[in-house]
Order: sequence, then C-alpha cells, then structure tokens
Amino acid sequence: MSRARLIGVFGVLLGVALFAGMALFGINNDPSELPSALIGKPFPEFSSRSLDDPEVVITRADLLGRPALINVWATWCVSCKVEHPVLNDLAKQGVVIHGINYKDNNPDAQRWLRDFLNPYQLNISDPKGTLGFDLGVYGAPETFMIDKKGIIRHKFVGVVDKRVWREKLAPIYQELLDE
Amino acid sequence: MKRFIYALGLTIACLSSAQASIDTYEFSTQAERDRYRVLVEELRCPKCQNQNIADSDAPIAMDMRDEIFKKLEEGESNEQIVGYLVDRYGDFVRYKPPVNNRTLILWYGPAAFLAFGFLMVAVIVIRRRRSVRAELAEQQLSSEEKTRLSDILKQYK
Repeated sequence: MSRARLIGVFGVLLGVALFAGMALFGINNDPSELPSALIGKPFPEFSSRSLDDPEVVITRADLLGRPALINVWATWCVSCKVEHPVLNDLAKQGVVIHGINYKDNNPDAQRWLRDFLNPYQLNISDPKGTLGFDLGVYGAPETFMIDKKGIIRHKFVGVVDKRVWREKLAPIYQELLDE
Repeated sequence: MKRFIYALGLTIACLSSAQASIDTYEFSTQAERDRYRVLVEELRCPKCQNQNIADSDAPIAMDMRDEIFKKLEEGESNEQIVGYLVDRYGDFVRYKPPVNNRTLILWYGPAAFLAFGFLMVAVIVIRRRRSVRAELAEQQLSSEEKTRLSDILKQYK
C-alpha cells in the first residue's frame, strides 16, 4: 500500500512540475510574437522604387555583400517613432540598416526622414505592402537580419530599443559580421 | 425632425459601407465563392490572433483575403493558396495545422493523456480487485478447518 502512496505522491509532484514549467514558458513567451517562416530562407526577390528617388529601382541584389538590418516602418506607425532615434544611433555606429517604407505615402515618409534623420542606406518604397507580404510582415515595426548572402537569419517584431539591441540583436549581428 | 432625418441618412450610409466591406469580390462561379468562404474561415489572422481572416478587420487580414481572391481567380487549388500563405506567415495561420514533428503533441497529446488516464484507472481497479480477493481468501476456511467445524457442529446436534 505504501508503494501505491509513493506513486501517488510522485504523480502529484510531476503534475506540479509540469504546470510550473508551462507557466514559466508562458511568462517568457510573448504569444503575439510569431516565429518567422522565413528564417534560413533567402530574402525574397523584389523590384521596388527608391523612396529618395522614384527613378531608382532597388532589387534584392542591392542587399547582398554584407550583413544588414532591414527595418519595416511607416509614418502611421506610432512605435516606429520611438524606435527611430535608436536606429539613428546604430547607423552612426556603423550598423548597416535598410528601410522598407510599408504601406505609406512617399511625401510623408520623405518629410519624416528629413525631420527625424535618415538611418537607412537603402530606402525601399513598398506603398502597397507587396514586399511586406512576401516577408510575412503583419505589423510595423519589424526588423529582419540578413547575412551577406541575403539569407534571412533573424526577425524581431516590435520596437528595437537599446536593451533589445544589446541583448538580442547585437550578438547576432556580430556573428553575421564574423562569418 | 431635420436632425433626425440627417442622423437616419448617416446611419444608412454607414450601414451600406460596412456591408460593402464584407463582400466586394465578384466571383466568376459559385464554387469559387464557396471555396473562398472555406479558406477565409480556416485561416487565422497573424495580427489579431484569435480571429480567422474572415472576421478580422486588420489590414493584414484584408491583404490576405485579397490574395486569396486573386489566386482563386487565377485557378489555384486550395492547397496551393494555403501553401503560399504558410510560406510567408508560417503554420501559425492555419487553424488546422499539419501533422509533423512540431505538432505531434498537439495532435496526439490529448489522446495520449486519455490513454494514460485509462491505464491508471485499469491499474487501480485490478489492484483493488486483487486485494479484495486476497482478503476473501483469508476469510475462507481451509479444508482442515472445515472438517473441524463440521465435527464441532455434529457434537451439538
């Protein structure tokens, strides 16, 4: 009979441990942040106009050669404004950042970059969100990290602030640089 | 009165525009319309996570409905359309996820737990039955005791 009781106690403990594990997992896991389906896949082919000059066409080939952050932003996106100074700082430090202006209109976006400075080396205009759709974008801001061969290695959904950069993105960027 | 008429007019205008946003697609066949309904109800909006893309007002759900409509008109199969969206947004957008290593626990977990529960009940029942039988056996008299008992009873007849 005592063996049965031992098994019972063990079962209860196992249940408690499982529950605690799940709770911890749940707390540390933001359910609104989806894993990207594109990690490890090549950045999609595209051909978009430049935000700076509508005559200039930017394609996937322009992204190759060095690791970069690709930031999806828009003037209607409130948290993009919070993120913008951080991107400016990173650009000053020499981090390569390209921008995709997502579902926006050009004059507004151009004014934004004049007023708040332009951290982007390439400014891709995506007024209809077609490139965004191919990238699985579901809300700005989103930031992709590509290696020098143009493979998507990481995606971050939400505002890149100093802490996110230091703790999450900077190590990955360094890794991509070292490859 | 004038105000009331204005208000009524505005309400009707709002209603008609809301109606329009629900169903603006002109399908060439009824079969396509039916397939569209199935697809938008089976696919999940990545932005507002507990809604399918039929119910969601998020811009991304609108884009997804547009793509589905376009692809239906181009004659693509349901599998092709779902695959197209999964390639971009991941298995997350399917309310019916495929069976693979990552979703095994999702598909078979409940059945496994149920089987485990039944097993436990079976073990408990069998064990209890066995102990009851053992107790009964203890209470029964051996043949030796039986003859002694009948002897004693005979004495008092």
